[in-house]
Amino acid sequence: MSGLSNFYRSAVGKKALMAASGIVLFGFVLVHMLGNLKLYQGPEKLNAYAEWLREVGSPLLPHSGVLWIARAVLLAAVGVHVVTAAQLTLRNWQARPQKYRQREVLEATYASRTVRWAGVIIGLYVVYHLAHLTFGWSHPDFIPGDVYHNVVSGFQIWWVSGIYIVSQIALGFHLYHGLWSMFQSLGWWNSSRPPDWRRRFAQVFACIITLGNLSFPLAVLTGLVK
Amino acid sequence: MKLTLEIWRQKTRDSRGRFVTYSISDASPDMSFLELLDVLNEELTQTGEEPIAFESDCREGICGSCGVMINGKAHGPEKGTATCQLHMRKFRDGDSIRVEPWRSKAFPVIKDLVVDRAPFDKIVQSGGFVSVNTGSAPEANLIPIPKPIADKAMDAAECIGCGACVAQCPNGAAQLFTAAKVSHLALLPQGQPERYRRVQRMVDEMESYFGSCTNFQECEAACPKGISIEFIARMNRDYLKGSFSGSGG
Amino acid sequence: MILDPKIPPGPVEEKWDRHRFEMKLVNPANKRRFDVIVVGSGLAGGSAAASLAELGYHVHCFCYQDSARRAHSIAAQGGINAAKNYQNDGDSIWRLFYDTVKGGDFRSREANVHRLAQVSVNIIDQCVAQGVPFAREYGGMLNNRSFGGAQVSRTFYARGQTGQQLMLGTYQALSRQVAAGQVQMYPRTEMLDLVVIGGRARGIVTRDMVTGEIRSWSADAVVVATGGYSNVFFLSTNAKGCNATAIWRAHRRGALFANPCYTQIHPTCIPQHGDYQSKLTLMSESLRNDGRIWVPFKADDTRSATDIPETERDYYLERRYPAFGNLVPRDIASRAAKTECDEGKGVGHGGRGVYLDFADAIQRLGKPAIEEKYGNLFEMYERITGENPYEVPMRIYPAPHYTMGGLWVDYNLMSTIEGLYVIGEANFSDHGANRLGASALMQGLADGYFVLPYTIGDYLARHMGEEPIPTDHAGFREVEQEILGRVQKLLSSSGKRTVDSLHRELGHICWEKCGMSRNAAGLEEAMGQIRALREEYWESVSVPGSGEELNQSLERAGRVADYFELAELMCRDALNRGESCGTHFREEYQTPEGEALRDDEHYTYAAAWEFGGEGGEPILHKEPLQFDNVPLTQRSYK
Repeated sequence: MSGLSNFYRSAVGKKALMAASGIVLFGFVLVHMLGNLKLYQGPEKLNAYAEWLREVGSPLLPHSGVLWIARAVLLAAVGVHVVTAAQLTLRNWQARPQKYRQREVLEATYASRTVRWAGVIIGLYVVYHLAHLTFGWSHPDFIPGDVYHNVVSGFQIWWVSGIYIVSQIALGFHLYHGLWSMFQSLGWWNSSRPPDWRRRFAQVFACIITLGNLSFPLAVLTGLVK
Repeated sequence: MKLTLEIWRQKTRDSRGRFVTYSISDASPDMSFLELLDVLNEELTQTGEEPIAFESDCREGICGSCGVMINGKAHGPEKGTATCQLHMRKFRDGDSIRVEPWRSKAFPVIKDLVVDRAPFDKIVQSGGFVSVNTGSAPEANLIPIPKPIADKAMDAAECIGCGACVAQCPNGAAQLFTAAKVSHLALLPQGQPERYRRVQRMVDEMESYFGSCTNFQECEAACPKGISIEFIARMNRDYLKGSFSGSGG
Repeated sequence: MILDPKIPPGPVEEKWDRHRFEMKLVNPANKRRFDVIVVGSGLAGGSAAASLAELGYHVHCFCYQDSARRAHSIAAQGGINAAKNYQNDGDSIWRLFYDTVKGGDFRSREANVHRLAQVSVNIIDQCVAQGVPFAREYGGMLNNRSFGGAQVSRTFYARGQTGQQLMLGTYQALSRQVAAGQVQMYPRTEMLDLVVIGGRARGIVTRDMVTGEIRSWSADAVVVATGGYSNVFFLSTNAKGCNATAIWRAHRRGALFANPCYTQIHPTCIPQHGDYQSKLTLMSESLRNDGRIWVPFKADDTRSATDIPETERDYYLERRYPAFGNLVPRDIASRAAKTECDEGKGVGHGGRGVYLDFADAIQRLGKPAIEEKYGNLFEMYERITGENPYEVPMRIYPAPHYTMGGLWVDYNLMSTIEGLYVIGEANFSDHGANRLGASALMQGLADGYFVLPYTIGDYLARHMGEEPIPTDHAGFREVEQEILGRVQKLLSSSGKRTVDSLHRELGHICWEKCGMSRNAAGLEEAMGQIRALREEYWESVSVPGSGEELNQSLERAGRVADYFELAELMCRDALNRGESCGTHFREEYQTPEGEALRDDEHYTYAAAWEFGGEGGEPILHKEPLQFDNVPLTQRSYK
């Protein structure tokens, strides 16, 4: 047991937890994006899909059971991801009390250098997103159950779409660094290099998810989806 | 060459430091960077000023003594080169060069550009060895080691312990240094008996001094020996394995 | 004083085994009652400190670097010899012994050299067990390469960084003992003097290089492993911090200094390129396997290398030594380069360089083959000189590299001061007048791992139960006062000259008059010049700052002061030795073809000098050398 508690105390362990929770969250955003593609199939399909999400698992589980389990898992993953990130960030800030007057960037990607801040943006965005499209608190014309209507009418307000677009770009960068970083943190190295397949993996999935997610507000703004 | 040098001066560990500007009018492009500092120090001594303290020993890029931030880059602008092997032909006439010591909580400045890197020794002491007493070794060719494994171990073992990885890392992490030693020994059959215990102890010791790794890859780029971050991944895996299998501790 | 080398009786191959049995032992419970000081943490010091600690002794290890890992052993490139005979090419302990005695031009002690060859095989076992990543064959077995002065492949190597990897092996073993509390490690701490009480070494006095604190350390025995004195020449391949203070101070306290004139000049170094140059960089000797060495036939030829046609190039080694060509031993290659440059045929800065040309090899083997073999060396050359050796020939010139001379020790590695042991390059014992390539690492580790740990026990066992001497004993206090006085004297000098400028001047005298070739008139002149410069030194040196802080000028000033005294002894020894042998080439003693001429009748001895007191003449003692197993012959490489 001491090995495991030690593991959580250590930064290497925390990074592994961050990677593991990141995999859960990555899986979620991927599935979420794929599910939302139903937007392009019209209101019936999308709303049915939303309803299915609530129904799946019954009667074995109560109504919305799977959904709530998924939400609990996601919440836990977010918790682990954010807490470890905050702890590591504080630790790292303390590691160099006297800053350099000049420190150039040699190879670190833009994504890696902004990963914390992208994370903060994503966190704020998730709160807004839940209030907007899940609970409808910040939606001027929210109809519970009519996901298609809520999305389309929501995105028709330009600045709401703007918030989504900016956040999805942040998510893209965050994912790019996070996915690559995950391999390092969990100890999956690339034995024949270059090209680094881990980089390629991160690039491809970060792009797929970002482009998919960006397409929704853009489709509404351009009138492709009404 | 005419050059302007902006150099960090700090009298003692506890005193406040500051940048002082010096100009050099007759540098030669064939000089090494440290020879430039030598020449400056000769001038300072002759005018009764205290010369700039900086560390160097072999001046062949292998002992790891030297190392300063030059214009914001650990060991300066030339890749894969320790400060002592950097030559002035990499600069242009009229350049302004800013020289700072390594900065890390674990590497306090002792004087001017000299820092205390004792935590590196502590990390090795915590487990960076094979426990074999003199005299107890078996015949050297008893255990064959495939060439690719031996070569990979050698890649890791090339670390000169200069501290550039820590200095360049935005987090001041010592992952590359520690991972190089962990991997060197974990790759070889001789390192197996203590493999998981070693990584556990060395990582714990490392973390008591340094920041953590967020995979910026700056260390690899700054390393004068070009040690790969692959070894960090290897260390992470061993650490995870050791923690879960209970074979560490 | 009668020098007793304490060579055990019996046939040379049985001496060590018999001696090991006959030496007294210290039982494990008693070992922890003994404190041993080890000065230096390189291959010799580090391995000794670790091995003694493993045995149970309490060890205090000192080094001037910020970490034990940085000792200059780290810079050795080529490899380490061992008589493993893995290549089945006829190697044996006897052959390594033979080659080393012959390579040393019959000026080393047979018994020591045989022991060195014997334990060489254990060293490789030990290093492999520590995880030293030696080069291997695809089958997983250890690889070997050949090296100068031997006809067998017995050199083990780890890329071009053998010294570093062996060094890390000892450093790791040492670190393990530090963690175990068996070794107290004191980095950034410099030994400034030895304390001798009642004729026995009882401790040292050090300066903490960060706080300036002068402090005494008491112990039951002192081991000095502080390397050689090549930096007496200012420009050498040694690290900037390498110094002779520990051995010189021990010499002044009564340890005899043997063969100071045996200094090895390595033929393939990158030439000096300016007056500001701080050190010289060595390029592996292996380059001579494929490179051809030449100079223009015409003196003062200012054309660039590529403009000089084939017919106007003098491949002087191939011309003078058709049998060995470019592969003659180090001393011969170095001297030949000097001769050419003295005739005005040198190339590059100040006419001090010769070409090492790979054009033929590139044409014959192709660029990729050359790149594979020497790529890293070519890169290093280009980094330093800014020239591409694939296109223009390299320029090389000899540089001081290793010193075979050092403190005299007996078979047990004990100096003429009881309880003071000297190991590694710091002693004089194994290489005679010339060291073979890849033998320095072997000797350092042999002494530290496999010789000293036994022999020191024999001494300590004889002093069982004696009370330790406290550091407030007058013997310590006096030495501390002397050191403080000396530091004060250096700091209060009101001169204007920097330490380096004076050191450079000293180095120049030594290099010109006591370098690759020497003659009586030059040596006498040099001794006068050195004395005069030493006087100037104490008057005109400027040492800014105080003694109570990190003060690199002060550190250097003390070391250079000792070099002045050592330099004079080096010249005196060279003058005394009226023959040419190994690296010591006296122009008066050469064959009609210009080769070294030994005088076995008069000089088959180790010259051990006793300190003659401040301002006094050093006193020469002779240890006669006997060659019962390797017949004295004249080396020939024609």
